[in-house]
Amino acid sequence: MAKSVFREFTKGLWTEVPPYRLVLGLCPTLAMTKQVDMGFGMGLAVTFVLVGSNVLISLLRRVIPKNVRIACFIVVVATFVIVVELLMQAYTYELFLKMGIFIPLIVVNCIPLGRAEAFCYKNGVLRSFADGLGMGLGYTISLTILAVIREVFGNGTFFNQPISFLGPTFQPYAFMVTAPGAFVFLGLMLCVMNMLGKK
Amino acid sequence: MGDYIGLIISCIFVNNILLMQYLGNCPFLGVSKKMETAVGMTGGVIFVLVMAGAATWLVEYALLKPFDVQYLRTLAFILVIATLVQFVEMYLKKSIPTLYAGLGIYLPLITTNCAVLGVCFININEEYSFVQTLVSSFAYPAGFGLALILFAAVRERILLARVPKPLRETSIGLVTAGMMSLAFYAFKGMA
Repeated sequence: MAKSVFREFTKGLWTEVPPYRLVLGLCPTLAMTKQVDMGFGMGLAVTFVLVGSNVLISLLRRVIPKNVRIACFIVVVATFVIVVELLMQAYTYELFLKMGIFIPLIVVNCIPLGRAEAFCYKNGVLRSFADGLGMGLGYTISLTILAVIREVFGNGTFFNQPISFLGPTFQPYAFMVTAPGAFVFLGLMLCVMNMLGKK
Repeated sequence: MGDYIGLIISCIFVNNILLMQYLGNCPFLGVSKKMETAVGMTGGVIFVLVMAGAATWLVEYALLKPFDVQYLRTLAFILVIATLVQFVEMYLKKSIPTLYAGLGIYLPLITTNCAVLGVCFININEEYSFVQTLVSSFAYPAGFGLALILFAAVRERILLARVPKPLRETSIGLVTAGMMSLAFYAFKGMA
């Protein structure tokens, strides 16, 4: 039992890690990886929503009628998104302004809804919790890695602080922080993940 | 009048919803493998978004603002969109079966298309008037359609090319989208 729960947790970190293996939630991946704090914040916000909605939906899975389940999932997810929105507005206001409409758009991010439909509606609370936490952390790590690459080389900063190890003659490769750069580098990242294989 | 033309150009080219604002990428990569599905999806998104834009504008200014419950906006908008899509689907099925045959399968997908919800939020954040909302709700999905149809045409050609194995499918799709985005990037100085 404990082992299978642990497996649900670890699959989100590597074998099914979103957005590289499970190609869901691409829009925030593109938009929020310009800077490390945005990517990291987005990841944590999604993790919070995922864990909350996963647990609640798996608790309610015997109550929710099959025909209207999608509508019910949306209401649950949207509620948690509002919670996260208000929390970020209260405690991390600058980040809240920078992330803009991408916080409410977690509702249609596909990851929480996808997990609800594919996993929580059929599994118990503990396993759903592990699944949500694993997927959420996997997403956070993926976003942070991409954001670190883009911010360090594209802007020459890390968490908005200038860094010096690249030497004084380093010219930021500005293409990486623009919109076209986002698409190209996410594509290359997927390619790297494909080369590393499923193991 | 000139303002509206400026708004349309800005929505379609300068702030292209797909390639500049990064919204609606899941259907962008999902339905762009064939030209037919790309055209169908475009029609569906324009159709729904014009109605959703008007409906969410009314909800915002007739319900949420007077009662001072704007923190419920996320929940209210997604419910309005989901219900609207369901109604449109039922109405089309009964009344205009030919249109339903074309758009039917895309309608459920549109609920979770973040471009739809995103444009509704942009309309409110930019404080557009009702007419401006209607114009932008038409122009944004038109820009979405333009990018989607162009991309579908490119993708049909990619099928014939010899792409290295790890780059296949989504990966090469994203890199191609980056090249297209670069073309749209040139419009940036215009508005």
